[in-house]
Amino acid sequence: MKASLIERLTEGAIATFLWLLRVAVVLVVVVGSALTIMSGRYSLEVYVGLVVSGLTLGSIYALIALGYTMVYGILRMINFAHGEIFMAGAFAGYFVVTASDKLGFLNQGPVTAMITIVVAILVAVAVATPIALLVEKIAYRPLRNAPRLVPLISAIGASFVLQYTFRGFFGPGIYSYPTVDFLDQTLPISGVIVRYVDVIVVISAFVMMTGLYLFVMRTKLGTAIRAVSEDKDTAALMGIDVNRAIVTTFGLGAAMAGAAGVLYALLFRQVFFLTGFVPGIKAFTAAVLGGIGNIPGAMLGGLFLGQVESIGPTLFLDGFNVPSPNQLKDVIAFTMLVLVLVFRPSGILGERIARSRA
Amino acid sequence: MNPTPILEVDDIHVYYGNIHALKGVSLTINKGEIVTLIGANGAGKTTTLNAISGLVPSREGQVRLRGETISGVASHLIVGRGIVQVPEGRRMFARLTVEENLRMGGYTLTRAADVQAGIDRAFEMFPRLKERRTQVAGTLSGGEQQMLAIGRALMAGPEVLLLDEPSMGLAPVLVDFVFDTISRLHAEGTTILLVEQNARMALQIADRGYVIETGMIVLSDLAANLRENDTVRKAYLGIV
Repeated sequence: MKASLIERLTEGAIATFLWLLRVAVVLVVVVGSALTIMSGRYSLEVYVGLVVSGLTLGSIYALIALGYTMVYGILRMINFAHGEIFMAGAFAGYFVVTASDKLGFLNQGPVTAMITIVVAILVAVAVATPIALLVEKIAYRPLRNAPRLVPLISAIGASFVLQYTFRGFFGPGIYSYPTVDFLDQTLPISGVIVRYVDVIVVISAFVMMTGLYLFVMRTKLGTAIRAVSEDKDTAALMGIDVNRAIVTTFGLGAAMAGAAGVLYALLFRQVFFLTGFVPGIKAFTAAVLGGIGNIPGAMLGGLFLGQVESIGPTLFLDGFNVPSPNQLKDVIAFTMLVLVLVFRPSGILGERIARSRA
Repeated sequence: MNPTPILEVDDIHVYYGNIHALKGVSLTINKGEIVTLIGANGAGKTTTLNAISGLVPSREGQVRLRGETISGVASHLIVGRGIVQVPEGRRMFARLTVEENLRMGGYTLTRAADVQAGIDRAFEMFPRLKERRTQVAGTLSGGEQQMLAIGRALMAGPEVLLLDEPSMGLAPVLVDFVFDTISRLHAEGTTILLVEQNARMALQIADRGYVIETGMIVLSDLAANLRENDTVRKAYLGIV
């Protein structure tokens, strides 16, 4: 009797704590936003600018998140080495853009800049994809029937191996991407500052995501990937080569991540061996936010996280006179991860999967 | 006329870890026959089918298709050789549409026209599926799912069809429908290995039958003789 009383008290305490947590979060968001807006410190243009940069960042997160979510969908494992694939893409892009700069080709005009960017993305994809396939073959495939924790540990190991291999090759220093003049120019719209880099990042990300979505939904191999995600044995009984579907999934995710690496580096102008870590974890957050395993969810989660991270610090915290709230953007992003895991582990689109599965 | 064996299972042994699940199972299926494998839960019926399909490895023994050994061949390649299994419990791809499920059944087909012909044939056999072609399979009723499972398996144009408990969990009307479908496939020349708990129905449509107990074949005879066999009547037909 006594034990059950303690149990009930503990449960009550946890429930109360979670309830208070919800109230606190809602209060911070609502009151903070109200205070910030009423303070009139920021003009509408500033908010629009934040939305634009959130969209840019969010579409990069979405691209990376697709790799996490697709691999989770097909193997039920989190590929923690995915951020390093992204980093590899950023490095590959660095060499292309730098070479173009040294040849004096890069900044001759928008056309040469665009050609350089497209080549950089293609090279990044060509470098990132084989690395991911190698990781799959060495670190994951032998463990496919192992308990779920085992490939997770292997993934973390693969992540370190890749990080320190790159450190070995390129040293611990930060490599600066050359300035692409064209990217810094702003669109001729009065009032709002939109740089060409934002436009290019968002458009490339959307083109790739649309391509991926059509591939997965419309093609035979894409349908096979979805079938293998649901039931590997039955897929094999239908004549589907399960390994091929899994390898294709890794390849697609890696291609997206490699391209995202270049876009990210064009935006932040630097790359070093740990570049993949934070965006990788953010994109993982985005995938969980959208409902891990769900492709549109990863896209939505990425865009949502980008917005929260961009606009959140200013909107929620500035009103409380928090000094330099932008330093706290990671706190906001990861608080959101915790909140999602506590209150809605299935993510934004998670329930829809559950329903259509039933 | 000497019957030609199309599928031979020759003394296969399957282990799950230390558990000796199949202890030397041998079966022969001749071209155009319906052969049924009956037995209780856990006797090794599904394991036998999975060993034929290559989903579980057999440690000893061989499976031969038209005299050619297929043990050790990957499951997805066995489909291309002409053996397709309809797994127990239907195993729909629940989030794929009816049509996508069928297309996956025809994954080994390389020509779009063959895929389309297969889909048309499945819709002709099961008009209900045509009405629901764009619906995701998870929303189908149990009977419709069984139709889809059979239709999907037929897409690859199998010479030998392995059916695992196709009547499980279906209403009596649907059980009859499923067995009518099996008879129709048989009449069209498909060779069938039917695993069933519903031994009464299975022995009615089968040419021959095997009885499996704890991983071993204990009886094999013409279906007509098995129907009259005392042991079978007591254990599987519930007739005292």
